[in-house]
This record gives sequence, structure tokens and C-alpha cells, in this order.
Amino acid sequence: MNRPERTDHPDVILCPDGPMLLRGDHVVQDEDGQQHRTSRPVSAVCRCGESMIPPWCDGTHKVLSQHCRR
Amino acid sequence: MLTPQARGPLSDRVLAAMRDGATAHLVQVPEAEVAEDAQLTLWALYEQHYRGFDDVPAALEWDPHLIAVRRHLEEDFERILRDRTPPAPHAEPFAETFFAYIADHDGPSVAAHVQRAATSEQVRELLRHRSIYHLKESDHTTWAIPRLSDPVKAAVMELQFDEYGCGDPDRLHAHLFALGLEASGLRREYGSYVDDAPVEILEQNNAMSLFGLNRRLRAASLGFLAAFEATSSTPSRRMAQGLDRLGFPTAMIDYYLEHVEADAVHEQLAVRTICGVLLQEEPDLLEDVYFGAWTSMDLEDRYAERMLQEWAA
Ligand SMILES: [Fe+2]
Ligand SMILES: [Fe+2]
Repeated sequence: MNRPERTDHPDVILCPDGPMLLRGDHVVQDEDGQQHRTSRPVSAVCRCGESMIPPWCDGTHKVLSQHCRR
Repeated sequence: MLTPQARGPLSDRVLAAMRDGATAHLVQVPEAEVAEDAQLTLWALYEQHYRGFDDVPAALEWDPHLIAVRRHLEEDFERILRDRTPPAPHAEPFAETFFAYIADHDGPSVAAHVQRAATSEQVRELLRHRSIYHLKESDHTTWAIPRLSDPVKAAVMELQFDEYGCGDPDRLHAHLFALGLEASGLRREYGSYVDDAPVEILEQNNAMSLFGLNRRLRAASLGFLAAFEATSSTPSRRMAQGLDRLGFPTAMIDYYLEHVEADAVHEQLAVRTICGVLLQEEPDLLEDVYFGAWTSMDLEDRYAERMLQEWAA
């Protein structure tokens, strides 16, 4: 019998032009040394530096990359 | 919830039949004269599969005469929605193409109006309209889950678990909205304001149910989800700012702040781990993914156009 294929399920996903997704419970330390505990099955950490709710992503990177594309 | 007010001859007949249980005569039903008559009828028929109505016998959920009326109405509705949908972009990679498709879509924004200019009365009207969906938020996506492969099913659950509060009822999104309504002096009971809902709101609700309840439309359901999540974080921040400007209670603001953060995660999951994986497995479903995505954005545009026009008057 064939063993079913396994699906990728990484702990960390770097989204192109987007946030870093973290699966599971983590404590994220921001630039100022403040610690932030994740509270969701998956959390999105800002990588563009423009989020209004750091260290979490709020989708602002989409405005930035849109400017680049035009 | 009780059955809503009829909006024409069709809804009048069907709602009466639902209340008294005499559905056999529905083999001959009047044509809907206006779209909202058809949409309200369809909405009521779909609602039987969610929480139902206190004045309709539960046994009618699978009544063949009611199902026949529903099939007739949803076939018409699907045709209308497909006619409105432009061809899908086929460029690779899917995720970047999809996000660009969303970003390039320019529509009127209710949230931008709330942020800057709306009155309290306008926002209360908006919240009454939104309550039709937000009090059963995410349930339509749950319909699709048993119809999916193991990898896509697990990915949808990863998102839905967050929508449902990760097991904590006080974090469940629909419940956060109910708390916000209550704190704002509005009724929090499921379905309270359906009589106030314009046809655009009924269409939004019905599209979600249409996609969720038909297995062959599972890709449209997930495409709808992806576009919905990908157009939520920034509008939710605007909503929160507008509610704050108008002095709305914290509980209502918190619902929107939760969506600024949650939907920045959900949009990535919906596009990458859900639709992206679905399309790797079944590339032929691309058109339907975009059918759902377009419908999500287009129906919101239609609602926004109507309300911004009414509020400008
Ligand atoms: Fe939500
Ligand atoms: Fe969400």
C-alpha cells in the first residue's frame, strides 16, 4: 500500500513581500526589547517595518508593494 | 428568530408555506417581481440550514418542495453572479497574482466614509446591516470543509479555529460582534435586523451560502474567503478609527481591532495555504477561485455604492 504523501507544514513561513508567519506559541521580542506573546494558531510578524500594530503585521506592506509596482 | 417580512408575492407565498408547513402547493410559485423578493426568499431558505426560524418547523429543513424552490432561485442567482464576473488572470505564481488582483480593484469604501465623515446614525445603520453576516461570521466557510482534501481541509481549519475563538467563546468573532452591538445599544440576537437589510446585503449573504452549500462551488467559496480576508485589515482599522471618533463603546471598536490583526494572518493563509494548495491539487478550479473572489469584492462595491449614495443625499 502506498503511504500517503506528506504535506509541507513548516513552523515559519516567510511570505514574499509580506509578513513572517509563525505557527504555534512564541514570545517575540521587538526592537525596543518588549516581549509579545502570540495568541493565535498562526501569527503574522511584520517585516516591512511600517505596521501600526508592531510586532504584528497589519497588511501595510501591501500599500508599499503597490507603490513599487506602479 | 422569526421569519422576516415578505418583500413581494414570491417571498409572501414561500414564507407562509414555511410557517404553516403546507409546502406541496409550492410546485407552482409566483415569479419574483423584484430582485429583493427573490433574494429574501433565497435567504430564508438558506437560513433553514443555519439556525432556522422559531416559527418554522425544524423538519422542513430538507422539505423537497422548499429545496426545489431554493434550487430554482440559486440557479438564477449563480447565473447572474457569473455574468458579472470578468475572466480570471492566469499568471504565476498564484499568490502574488491574486494579491495584485485584489490591490488593483478600485471600489468605493464604506470604511473610509466611517473613518472620516459618517454620522453615528449612519454607522448604527451600517452595524445593523453587517449584523446579518457578522452574527454568523465564518459559518459559510465551515460548510465547505468536508468537501476538501486533507491538506486543504487542515489549512481551512487553521484559519477557522481563529475565527471561532480558538475554543474560547469570548474570542469567537461572531460573539465579539454581538458584544459590540449590545454595548452600542443595538439588538444582539441573531437575525434581528434582516427586515432592515437592503438587497445588496441579502446578495452578499446568499452568495456565501450558495458557495458553501454546493460542493461543486467549493473553490468559489475559498476564493470568496481569500478576497474577503484580503480586503479586511485596512478597512477594519478605518472602522475602528471612525467608531472611536464617534465615541462608540470599546467592545465595538475591539471587534474591528481584532480584525486588523487577525485578517493580516488570515489573508496569507487563505491565499497561500488554502487557495494556493487547492489549485496545486486541482488547477482547473482557478476560474472558480476568481469567481468567488470577484463576487466578494463586487457585492461589497454594490453595497458601498448604494449606502454612500443614500448617505450623501
Ligand atoms: Fe473574523
Ligand atoms: Fe478573518
